[in-house]
Amino acid sequence: MTTVMEKKTETGRLVPGTPLLEVRDLHVEFKTRDGIAKAVNGVNYSVAAGETLAVLGESGSGKSVTAQTIMGILDMPPGRVASGEILFRGQDMLKMSGEERRQIRGQKIAMIFQDALSSLNPVLSVGYQLGEMFRVHRGASRKEAKAKAIELMDRVRIPAAAQRVGDYPHQFSGGMRQRIMIAMALALEPDLIIADEPTTALDVTVQAQVMDLLAELQAEYHMGLILITHDLGVVADVADKIAVMYAGRIVETAPVHQLYANPAHPYTKGLLRSIPRLDQKGEELYAIKGLPPNLLKVPAGCAFNPRCDAATDLCRTETPALHQVMDKDGAELAGRRSACHLWKETLHG
Amino acid sequence: MGRFVARRLLQMIPVFLGTTALIFFMVHVLPGDPVAAMWGDKAADPAQLAAKRHQLGLDQPLLQQYVTYMGHLLTGDFGTTMGQRKVIDVISAAMPVTVRLTLMAFGVEVVFGVLIGLFAGLRRGKAFDKGTLVITLLLISIPVPVLGFLFQTVFADQLKLVTPTVQDSMNFGQLLLPAVVLGSLSLAYVARLTRTSIVENVRADYMRTAVAKGLPRRRVIGTHLLRNSMIPVITFLGTDLGALMGGAIVTESIFNVKGVGNAMYHAINQSDGATVSGFVAVLVLVFLAASLIVDLLYAVLDPRIRYA
Ligand SMILES: Nc1ncnc2c1ncn2[C@@H]1O[C@H](COP(=O)(O)OP(=O)(O)O)[C@@H](O)[C@H]1O
Ligand code: SF4
Ligand SMILES: [Mg+2]
Repeated sequence: MTTVMEKKTETGRLVPGTPLLEVRDLHVEFKTRDGIAKAVNGVNYSVAAGETLAVLGESGSGKSVTAQTIMGILDMPPGRVASGEILFRGQDMLKMSGEERRQIRGQKIAMIFQDALSSLNPVLSVGYQLGEMFRVHRGASRKEAKAKAIELMDRVRIPAAAQRVGDYPHQFSGGMRQRIMIAMALALEPDLIIADEPTTALDVTVQAQVMDLLAELQAEYHMGLILITHDLGVVADVADKIAVMYAGRIVETAPVHQLYANPAHPYTKGLLRSIPRLDQKGEELYAIKGLPPNLLKVPAGCAFNPRCDAATDLCRTETPALHQVMDKDGAELAGRRSACHLWKETLHG
Repeated sequence: MGRFVARRLLQMIPVFLGTTALIFFMVHVLPGDPVAAMWGDKAADPAQLAAKRHQLGLDQPLLQQYVTYMGHLLTGDFGTTMGQRKVIDVISAAMPVTVRLTLMAFGVEVVFGVLIGLFAGLRRGKAFDKGTLVITLLLISIPVPVLGFLFQTVFADQLKLVTPTVQDSMNFGQLLLPAVVLGSLSLAYVARLTRTSIVENVRADYMRTAVAKGLPRRRVIGTHLLRNSMIPVITFLGTDLGALMGGAIVTESIFNVKGVGNAMYHAINQSDGATVSGFVAVLVLVFLAASLIVDLLYAVLDPRIRYA
């Protein structure tokens, strides 16, 4: 199905760095009783094999809707892709037939959801749900599928996999359930995994374990990983680059350490300041003032302007483009973009 | 699982004893003297009546009579009718007819109820869904005898597809119309219940997962959606099986089917206690068995239910 030449490793995996997914100017809206809610207003991001992209943003900023659109599991209606392109290994998935897209789901792109308990089918055993991937996509027999399911459960380090393969989701702990979701996503060794807040519903102690497991498996299979989160703390260790979303738009993208050290957008700056830190114990935690905008009525100009301390008149009328960010000498910083009129002042000022 | 079944079987004993006792005593307070009725219009000699009563054990205290009766039941002896036939023969002639009628109605109810509910639920808000809601509401509000009469008029008198009443009570084709009439009310309930359940489950997170796994739509609906949506429907079907058998007795009279309803009607008219009690004992056993099967099925469908 690929038109471009792609390099493969001897195990048949794509060589790290091979472009996998590119979302271009994606717009998604929902028809609601009160009007059209513009949930995604021009998202641009890309991820390559072996790379981890963290998508960051407050709740309601359109992270999940973007992911669902990529997966082809958006609720339509009320949802609608208004415009844009989603290139997967060079081909626009939005132009594919339903059957072509189904062949990609699960086999080439897999997804891990936030709440494993509700995302797993309560009345089917985990072994059945894991094995189903092999039975449907690989024509495996019941017995083969069960063996594969046990193998997968071992892979994600579920103790006593062979005994537990017939158990049901409610019989596992939250962390174990999320491991099962990871195993299911991993089953057919996809090129790309989208993990939508995979640790948000878990206890803090289990969060790190699950995150480590995900990162380890991703490295092993050279998969691309889109890690959606609203928790800046989670991403620092695992992500290669970050895309910050606000009101359905990417407002800043940057390699992870550059973004932490030197944000080029006031919203990112605010997010970073609001992370609790050990050395500021006792001080009141910073919070960005105001609330995210109503998607039925996104403010004119920069959507962030009502909450931005640096806002000027220009910000209230003119929507900022996603500018290429440059260093003090005017040299382009690779992978760095900011949708702020005042990115220079924010970065260097 | 084995312990669950054993416990349920033990629980059935008091239920069985209670219901049969209740019916036994109720039959005995029915107006009319069955022994006197044996002599028809002729005035009987009081001594003869008393002798007959003694022979039938009817002069014993009621409780004593019940104990004797249950003792016989345990050995499979259902007693004799007032007409000196074996009650067990009357039951084995009538029961298969009613069971067949009930099962046919049940089949109609399950197959069409679930299918209609499924399609309505998947096409929520569309014409088919709206039509289903209106028609099922109509079915629910029409009394069964009226519906029976309506069906007789349309299919027998107008279209001449069938005879208005059943000639051969064991003939599948002839039982079809009564079965549809009998099952239609339940069908309406099942369709509505299935629809609601489908609508609730179709947006569930696990459905999104099933689609994200790249499963074909057939499998997403057939395996993931239906399995979950059927849980409340199965519960209803279990309780409904009993109601259906009760309804069968009414439907039989509309279509002149020679089943339990017919036999019970005659037995009650003749104050024939042994026959009525015998039928009730068998019916109670059937209900209890049905409800056990449904409970087991329920637990199979929903692993979150434990056999505690
Ligand atoms: N099925 C839907 N119908 C209507 N609105 C929706 C639907 N799904 C998401 N939205 C709207 O889209 C916006 C973005 O949601 P989402 O992508 O889930 O945010 P998040 O960044 O927290 O993942 C929300 O304001 C939400 O109200
Ligand atoms: S464009 Fe203006 S309002 Fe928007 S973030 Fe930049 S400075 Fe703030
Ligand atoms: Mg979300």
